[in-house]
Amino acid sequence: MSINDSITRRRVLRHGGNIVAAGALFSMLPTMASAAKPITVGFIYVGPRQDFGWNQSHWDAAKLIAKMDNVKVVEQENVPETAEVEKVMQSMIELDGAEVIMATSFGYWKSILKMADKYPNVLFTHIGAIWKEGNPKNVIGYRGYMEEPHYLCGIAAGRMSKTGKIGFIGSKPLYFIFNNCNGYILGARSVNPNITCNVVITGDWNNPVKEAETTNSLIDQGCDVIIANVDSSKVAIETAERRGIYSCGYHSDCSSLAPKGFLTGAEWNWASAADFVEAWRTGGSYPNLLRGGFKRDMVKISPFGQAVPQNVRDEILMAKKGFIDDSLILYKGPLKDNEGNVILTEGQVIDNEDTKFKVGVRFFVEGAVGSTGLK
Amino acid sequence: MFNAAFYQGMEAVVISTAALLLTLVGFGIFVTIFGVDPFDVYYILYLGGFGTQISIENTLTQAAPLMLTALCTAIPARAGLLVIGGEGALVVGGIATVLVGVHLSGLPPALGIVVMGLAGALAGGLWIGAAGALRQYRGVNETISTLLMNYIAIAILYHLVSGPIRDFDQVLKASSWSISETFMVGTVPGLDVHWGLAVGVVTCLVLFVVMRHTTFGFAVDILGGNQRTAQMAGLPINRMVILCCCIGGAGAGLAGTMEVIAVHGFASDSLVVGFGYAGILIAFLARQNPLAIILVAILLGGISASGGLMQRRFDLPDATTAVLQGMLFVMVLASNSLYGRLRFLQAREA
Repeated sequence: MSINDSITRRRVLRHGGNIVAAGALFSMLPTMASAAKPITVGFIYVGPRQDFGWNQSHWDAAKLIAKMDNVKVVEQENVPETAEVEKVMQSMIELDGAEVIMATSFGYWKSILKMADKYPNVLFTHIGAIWKEGNPKNVIGYRGYMEEPHYLCGIAAGRMSKTGKIGFIGSKPLYFIFNNCNGYILGARSVNPNITCNVVITGDWNNPVKEAETTNSLIDQGCDVIIANVDSSKVAIETAERRGIYSCGYHSDCSSLAPKGFLTGAEWNWASAADFVEAWRTGGSYPNLLRGGFKRDMVKISPFGQAVPQNVRDEILMAKKGFIDDSLILYKGPLKDNEGNVILTEGQVIDNEDTKFKVGVRFFVEGAVGSTGLK
Repeated sequence: MFNAAFYQGMEAVVISTAALLLTLVGFGIFVTIFGVDPFDVYYILYLGGFGTQISIENTLTQAAPLMLTALCTAIPARAGLLVIGGEGALVVGGIATVLVGVHLSGLPPALGIVVMGLAGALAGGLWIGAAGALRQYRGVNETISTLLMNYIAIAILYHLVSGPIRDFDQVLKASSWSISETFMVGTVPGLDVHWGLAVGVVTCLVLFVVMRHTTFGFAVDILGGNQRTAQMAGLPINRMVILCCCIGGAGAGLAGTMEVIAVHGFASDSLVVGFGYAGILIAFLARQNPLAIILVAILLGGISASGGLMQRRFDLPDATTAVLQGMLFVMVLASNSLYGRLRFLQAREA
């Protein structure tokens, strides 16, 4: 019993100790009427929640938030980005009494705006961080800077690659995929300036067959570390493991998929939304728009795989510290794109929290072999 | 004495109801295995699908696009074709709506909406009509061609929204330009369900009348029943087959229009969510009858609406809903073999 408890505790602490701590703190306060009021949080997923990917990263958060005091979580998976999601939200609000709706897919945005107007007493969160002045105040947009953990994955890849060639599989030609890829390459080149990265955009969020084919073809081209920015990188990681090369995870913890070749992975920490839930429950304040990387605890990396030696682990953790204290800057000059155009000149620095620059990124940095497909 | 039509109607009602009840019994056993009280599940199925105003609106919202996509399979099926291209027809309908819609900004909303509807229907109609023509003139199997054309349509959509008609201001999702806000249609008065429902119901009703009470409908039934007979009767088979394909495709194309003008305002991969494939299921459950399509779509809409509540209340995986739908499908198909065999439901010979 106590062993079980301590395991759960340890896991909880590792993944989001601060939230649980916050919850515990609140529970220790003299019980005010408002603090004791239980709240129902509804999670809506666009796909299956056990996908070793995007949806699972939110499910992980749901599990942590469900552990908070006075919080009950209800979940629904496979909700398409159509009129259906509005009805699911309404059903959660009216039949389950949900007061917070965490809608975890980009395409839910319009529905969120509509429902937020209709239900001003319900808090809606969206993971796109595209809230702007004039949107309902009971909506929060938040999102982590995933290029930071990709940079750390890149360091692992740069150190572990023997061929000097790594691979990046992207889904859609979107700014954050470009940023992730750039982070990965910049990380790798920070430890091995000669490394190149073959980049393939599959065009689909979820196309396992294509992902497997792409992984195989990258391996055939000599890449020996891959990362896949798709809904679930399960297929890519398993293919890499079978072919005996290294892989990094994306979205959620994929370490169990590749016991031999897994290095680390870029993960979201959506559980940071626990603060919003607590604020909403107790009438506290909350931001309508929040972006952040390691500094704001909105992203994390997966547990290291056994293949990663201690000195590399230390190097990665040092870099992580660099993101936290701003001593490490992702985009800084001199920087060229992979077509030779100058992006930043010597001395130019883009703040790690410069969202405007990052949203406008439509290039791959030097070292990328491949094109964005955008003209 | 009752007439033959009465017995036919009774037969359909009795057999369908029996299939539905058997499905519920089977599903009850299934959830019992997972430690859930089946009667709780039945109650939640009712509550989530039909029990409250919200539930009914949820059900109808889910049913709306399915009515239209079901027609894409049902109408050609009456002429003896197995078309499974609803998904693709919906997608091209949605694309056409956006392509036309963004150029209409000067028009009065009512006119613009009609034009977009026509564009969607026309695109879907031509898409499936082409498959019909390929079959009649080139002997290409329509099932295979429409299936493959789904992939082509989706690929065209992805191509367009990731480049040529992409709205780069929408940073999170590759989406097309949006149509003007004034062209967006709202909800049906008195019901929080978008206009796609009314369009679906009316289209099904019109096609029911056409297929049941016109010479064209009668001719199509002859063709579907026996092509040789139709040939001997001198019916213009090629034209009829292609027209049926066009009508069906137009239905699915219209579903694409409604997704754009009632839900999204733009085209994106949110058009590709399986409405077309669900429509095939509904067409078969409804035995290709447009009137029955309305009811079956509402029934399946109710199942998926309550499926959400089932997940939330019992923490059952979403696939549970698919199990229920699958059981229903198998039961209904199996029960089809009973038609004409239950003696007490047959009209007495005159």
